[in-house]
This record gives sequence, structure tokens and C-alpha cells, in this order.
Amino acid sequence: MELTEGQLAELTGAEIVSRCLAEEKVKFVFGYPGGAVLPIYDELGKQDKVKHILVRHEQAAVHAADAYSRCTNEVGVALVTSGPGVTNAISGIATAYMDSVPMVVITGQVPTHAIGQDAFQEVDTVGITRPCVKHNILVKNAADIAPSIKKAFYLASTGRPGPVVVDIPKDITIDKTNYFYPKTVELRSYNLVTKGHSGQIRKAVDLVLNARRPMIYTGGGIIWGNASDLLAQLVRSLGYPCTNTLMGLGGYPATDPLFLGMLGMHGTYEANMAMQNCDVLLAIGARFDDRVIGNPAHFAQEARKIIHIDVDPSSISKRVKVDIPVVGDVSEVLKELLAQIGEMKRKPDPVALKAWWSQISEWRSRDCLRYENSDQVIKPQSVVEGVYELTKNKETYVTSDVGQHQMWAAQFYKFDHPRRWINSGGLGTMGVGLPYAMGAQFAHPDATVVCITGEASIQMCIQELSTAKQYRLPLKIINLNNRYLGMVRQWQEFFHGNRYSESYMDALPDFVKLAESYGHIGMKIEKPSDVLPALEEGFARKDDLVFMDFLTDQKENVYPMIPGGKGLSEMILV
Amino acid sequence: MRHILSLLLENESGALSRVAGLFSARGYNIESLTVAPTEDPSLSRMTIVTSGSDDIIEQITKQLNKLIDVVKVVDLTEGNHIERELMLVKVRASGKDRDEMKRISDIFRGRILDVTDKTYTIELTGTGSKLDAFIEALDKTAILETVRTGASGIGRGDRILKL
Ligand SMILES: Cc1ncc(C[n+]2csc(CCOP(=O)(O)OP(=O)(O)O)c2C)c(N)n1
Repeated sequence: MELTEGQLAELTGAEIVSRCLAEEKVKFVFGYPGGAVLPIYDELGKQDKVKHILVRHEQAAVHAADAYSRCTNEVGVALVTSGPGVTNAISGIATAYMDSVPMVVITGQVPTHAIGQDAFQEVDTVGITRPCVKHNILVKNAADIAPSIKKAFYLASTGRPGPVVVDIPKDITIDKTNYFYPKTVELRSYNLVTKGHSGQIRKAVDLVLNARRPMIYTGGGIIWGNASDLLAQLVRSLGYPCTNTLMGLGGYPATDPLFLGMLGMHGTYEANMAMQNCDVLLAIGARFDDRVIGNPAHFAQEARKIIHIDVDPSSISKRVKVDIPVVGDVSEVLKELLAQIGEMKRKPDPVALKAWWSQISEWRSRDCLRYENSDQVIKPQSVVEGVYELTKNKETYVTSDVGQHQMWAAQFYKFDHPRRWINSGGLGTMGVGLPYAMGAQFAHPDATVVCITGEASIQMCIQELSTAKQYRLPLKIINLNNRYLGMVRQWQEFFHGNRYSESYMDALPDFVKLAESYGHIGMKIEKPSDVLPALEEGFARKDDLVFMDFLTDQKENVYPMIPGGKGLSEMILV
Repeated sequence: MRHILSLLLENESGALSRVAGLFSARGYNIESLTVAPTEDPSLSRMTIVTSGSDDIIEQITKQLNKLIDVVKVVDLTEGNHIERELMLVKVRASGKDRDEMKRISDIFRGRILDVTDKTYTIELTGTGSKLDAFIEALDKTAILETVRTGASGIGRGDRILKL
């Protein structure tokens, strides 16, 4: 039955779910079927507006939806069944929550009359997901399905974004009710602050223009807030140094001379030193987390004024006391900040700024990311550099897993655009890389999608090679294979007397055969001189998934490193 | 410092567990928590007694405000306010102690709600510290059972927490 907008009709709950997704212009639903969601699957099968992507594990469905959100400006959607479907999805939901990813997860639930009876495949989804969602809703009757889904999309995508779970019992997907998709959502308990307080912004402008040793530090908020152009305008008009967090990479062009690189535990020497020694810090859409500023007491030892712009008031003055808080949408606040700076006739003190930049140049000259290339063994950094050189002029999305390879990817791939770097920063979830690459490739079918991973991480969602085959996703997997849980081994080397307890990866599969058995191309690269030719060959295979297994230096470490509990200027350097 | 937070929240099934979960997940203290629907049945009013430094209380308030079901939060301890708690105490009241028990109850303006030949059940309202003082005044061995509601709070004068 064709319906015009706003018209009423008796539909089943499952039909309503499917229509709501179409109303929200959802292009892909990543999911996995099961008993509780069969009526919904039945409906999805009857329409062609929303395409369902069948993964091989619910965790991957959620990760793929999450990546889809990250590299578009849309809300990713996942669909899983009750009980084990939900528990498998939890890692994905928690990962998205930690990184403020707008996402809607629809979960099947046992029929309403069976809830609380320890029914087959029953789990208290609202209870189990509560600590890792922005909000969740157990829908109690068919008439509430459409308003709940509307609310979920609205909550997920506004304010500080986050995942929202909508739990739908099976019986109400069979019940019929009048369908009406609400156009708007009214929530008396959810007040969005968009514009920042002008008075606060005035004070911020004053501080920023009076700075002698300024620093601009930005995080994922710039990406989510689509504010990278405004940020570039601000940084360039002031001529101030800028650093990005792991989540914020691509927020400011990495090849720009005003960019000091990533900061934090594995950030650059210059970014961390400038952060510690600045006199005015402008923090935008970042949250001063422990991997970024290290020990807050050490950070507080240097006197500096801090301006913090964030959409979430609870991020402000949480770990670090802030002088000028500005709550608001980062784009809105940056627009006003730029306007106010424009009105002022004042310019930053050129002499002070010059002295500050010469100090920064001195820090830069430490060349903290340098590594010694070898003709004996493949250096993992050189592989990332090779990937960068090959792909930098194309639209390329880079995903990664968790560990040393992730840090090398972040350090050596220069992201000039937002939403091109997709990784799990907050939760640090091994296994995201491959499903993230799938989500990115669905979002950008013609772009190059690279997954930089490690031999341990890739095995955590390796089954998705099958999904990639089914949908012919031409991903390029760069496996930096050091036969170690490398990051764990590095910590054991530094902090546990070289005792490599359980960090060696024995009995690894033959990744070439593994890739081939899924119908993909596998390559094994062992010699440094083969790195570039292999990358060229692999990336030239435009239509194939190519799994490139690089046997890398087993004992290479990530530098610089701030040991846990230490301060920003207490880096271990090469 | 001890703080009394007053909340208006949606009267929905999951709302209480969201608040309670927030306190346990973030390691905030919770001395007592009371909640009941208001005259508007779609809203519940909650009083939470907590303690912490100013920074922690600020975080608690912000985190509570972030919960979608929470409509409003105020810290009553920022101004003049009234705090009341109800306690029911069952005490041994036999022999010569029986009169003494009645006397102590009267001093604290308690009301005896239920009587057997061996026990009194006393109702007492007041601030938490008044209830504590009553318990202190009793002979420990005479106390058979106590039950307290936790504090409810309201602002003094024109201070109103409403939608
Ligand atoms: C699901 C999960 N389990 C455990 C960890 C802890 N952890 C962090 S890095 C790491 C090792 C990763 O090894 P690999 O994927 O080979 O990457 P490498 O560090 O060697 O580059 C581990 C076990 C984690 N981050 N995620």
C-alpha cells in the first residue's frame, strides 16, 4: 500500500519499523536475524528502500553501522535479535558510546507477556545496555513504535551524539495499529544548547588575542560538529599552533605547517610540550581524557588559562579545571568566535608569537617520530608511510584496530580531511578494523578503504571476510604482523621487566590461505624491498579485497610514549 | 560536604534505575534516595542526599541533567530549604520501661501508632539528625526494628521546583 506522508493506515509493528527506517532515509541496516526479529526481517525483505547488510557476527553489525556514521553525516543503524544477538552487540554499542557516535540499534525482544519469565533468548536489554547508551527505550505496544524510533534518531543525532537502543518485543511487531510518523519530537527533559554564551565568547576572544604562548587543542567534537573548515579559518587567521586528539585527526589538515601532530600518550614531542607550556589553551570538542593529558596534577603544575568549548557541559571541568567554559554546538560557537575576532582591531602580539614558534621549532627538531629503516626487516612505520604515499591524493578512508599499528597509523598517515580516520579511541576495542572498513566502503563505494591492523586484532572479527565477499567490498587490509600483542609486549618491555607473559601470538593462521579461502586475494610480504611494490600491486587490484600480510619487526616500539600516570612532558623518546 | 539534590524526572519505569546506575557507575556517594510521583502523574520528584567536594557535586548535577529522563535538577543546599524524613521504630515497651519509652517519644514529638503489651511502634519525622538523636537517646537493647524513608526536601519561601 502506498501512503502519502502523514496519512493513517493500519499496519503491523514490523511494517512500521520498516517504514520508519525509510522515513529516516536510512540506506543501510547492518544486522543479523533471529527469532525475535523475524517479522521485521520479513518486512525488510519486501521492500527495497532500506538495504539490509548481513554480517557474520552482531558485534560487526554494530561496528559497521558505527563506521558508517563516522564517515558520513548520517545515523548508522543496526538490527539484532534478542538475547545473544544483544549480548554480541554490546561491544559495538559501548565502543560507539565512548566515541559519541550517533547510531540507532534496534533489538528484538521476547514477546511482552514473556518478559521477566526467563524466556528463551531473553535478556534485559534496557538494563544491560543502560551504562553504554545515550538512551534506550523498551517499546511496550505497537502504537509506540513510530514515536520511539523517531525519538531514537533525534536523540542519537543531536547534542552530544550517541547510540540509542530501541528494544521491540516480538508480539508488538505482529500487532496492527494506526501508523503515523511524527515529524518532530518534543522532549521537555532534553534542551539543546546550540549558541554559546556571547559574554563567555567575548572573554574567550580576549584571552585568545592576549595569548603569548597559545595552543589550540581539538578533538572528536570538531568532526561530529562538522566544524573543521571553521577551525582551519580560526587557526590560520591567528597563526596559532594546533593539535588534534586521536579522535580528532583530520579535524585540522595534518600537512599544514601550523599542525603539531597528534598529542597524548603517543603524541608528538612538540604537541605535548606546547600543550604543557602554553599560557592560553583553547580546547574545542575535546575532553582532556587520561590518554591525552596524562596525569592531571602534573598538567596543573604549569599555570595557563583554559577556554573549553563543548556541546556537553559534563565534559567541562571534569578532569581539568577550566577558566572559561563555553557550552554550545562547536560550529555555532566558532562562527561567533570568528565574528568577534573579526570585529576586534587587535592582533596577537607578533613578537611573542614568533618567540613561541621558535620554541616550537626547537621541539620539532627533536624529530620524535624518526625511526631507523632497515634492509633486513620490515619496519611497520615504513608500511604506513607507503600506504600514505600511495593513497594521499585519492579519497581514502583509513580504519584501524587497537595496538601499536593503530598508533603508527595515527602518527604516520597524514589526515587532511575530517571523517577519513576511523578507529576506536575511547573504548579501544580490538576487532573494529575490518567491520569499520566495511561500513566505510558501504558509505563510499568508490573510495579506497584501508584497514591498518595487527595479526591479533584482525582475528577478533576475521569472520567478516565472508561478509566482505558477499558484498564484494574491495577493502585493502594491511596486516602489520609482528607475531606479538605488540602494544601489550611494549608495556611488558617498559614496565614489567621484559616478561612477555601471554603476549606472543603462536599458531597464527596462514593469512594468505585464509584470505583465499574466503575468496579474496592474499599476499605475504617479508622483505623491506618488497613493501612498496607489494603495496602498489595490492592497491592496483581495484575490485578485490586484498589482504596484505606484512611480517614486521617484532620488537619495534611506539615512540614517544607517556607512561601511565605521568605528565605530558615526561615522554619516553627514541 | 553534604548536599540535597532535588530532581524532577519523567515518571517512567526505567528512570529510577538510570539515576541509581549513574551513581554506582561513577562512584558517587548516595546517602539516601526517595522518589514518588508528583501531583502531575507524568512526573516524579526525587530527593537524593549525597556528599562530595564542590567539583564532584558539579559533576553529579551535570551528569544527572544529561540523563534524558531527568527534567530538572536543583541543589537545595545552595539556599534555604526544609528537609524532612520519616522514621518508624518498633521498641520494647514492657514493665517499668513502658512509661519511659512514652516520655522519650513525647520529647521528640513522636506518635505511637501501634501498641502491644510488649511493644510500641513510634512514628517520628524531622531532619535526619533529629532522627539520629532519637535513636541515640534510646536504650540500644530496646530497639526491635527501625525503618527510615530517607530525606525529602523542598526550598524555603518562594523557591519552587516546577516545570
Ligand atoms: C577486545 C580487546 N581485548 C584486549 C585489549 C588489550 N590490548 C590492547 S592492544 C593489544 C594487542 C594488539 O595486538 P595486535 O592487534 O597484534 O596489534 P599490535 O599492537 O601488535 O600492533 C591488546 C591485547 C583490547 N584493546 N581490546
